[in-house]
Amino acid sequence: MQKELTAVTLPEETSSAAVNIRVLIMGIFFGFVLVKGQVVSWYQIQAMFRFESFHMYGVIGSAVVVGAISLIILRRLNISTIDGRALMIKQKKLDKGTVIGGIIFGLGWAVTGACPAPIYAQIGSGTWLAVVTLLAAFAGAYIYGYLRPRLPT
Amino acid sequence: MKPWPWWVVGPLLGLMVPMLLVFAGKNFGISGSFRDFAAMCAPRTKISYLNYDWRKNAWKMFLAGGVVIGAFIGNQILSYEPVPFLPEMYYSVGGVIALAIGGLLIGFGTRYAGGCTSGHSIMGMSSLQATSLIATICFFIGGLIMTWIIMPLFIGG
Repeated sequence: MQKELTAVTLPEETSSAAVNIRVLIMGIFFGFVLVKGQVVSWYQIQAMFRFESFHMYGVIGSAVVVGAISLIILRRLNISTIDGRALMIKQKKLDKGTVIGGIIFGLGWAVTGACPAPIYAQIGSGTWLAVVTLLAAFAGAYIYGYLRPRLPT
Repeated sequence: MKPWPWWVVGPLLGLMVPMLLVFAGKNFGISGSFRDFAAMCAPRTKISYLNYDWRKNAWKMFLAGGVVIGAFIGNQILSYEPVPFLPEMYYSVGGVIALAIGGLLIGFGTRYAGGCTSGHSIMGMSSLQATSLIATICFFIGGLIMTWIIMPLFIGG
């Protein structure tokens, strides 16, 4: 690992079969934990935004703490990927989109009771109506692409 | 049915960050898959944002597919009884419209902001990036506006 863990841009994305299988397994774990924690529940999301429950704050807060400690440990131990490559973390770009896009996403999060991973999880969990949310999210990404040249950055 | 406690769920979700980095060399995040699926559905588009080889990002689709499978196992198989995650009122014309508008906002907003609760709130904040803290605060501002101002107009508080 380099001196700095954070890189401005990542090398070009690649997806080998081996990586995809490993990611699939981690995705199964991710989806399982999301439903067991009811992080994908409209009721839990509403309870968070209504300040009626600590659950979601605890989930997100402790996830960040564990993620941050993990990164410190990886850096200290100079660990690389199992394919022997250096670990790299993409630097997120701050612009007007961070604020405007962030607020727009928040509006959608509250009304659907799902952020992106939970949309997939709601569908898998049997709340099939979330297919509507997912297809609309694809359309939203398409509209973003269409409007992108005219949006403030 | 009660959810697993936050102090179990949060740390397990946080472990996605090192697991994806070490076992796949990837940065945790999933909303980019919306762009990939949109690009897949529009193969001959003139929109430059969608005109790229989405197959190179296929790992994100595998992550999304895994989430669907894991959620099915967790709620339909290894569950005393399946938990419904959307209220009954959404199973209506108005409810479907609300989900469609919400989905549009999620797809548009996450792409404009460059991440979601995974990519910004967990991955970005774990790596101590100010941008992601700002993004997360904005997610909450949007959620509060929807919950306290817009939704009460439609569902009578």
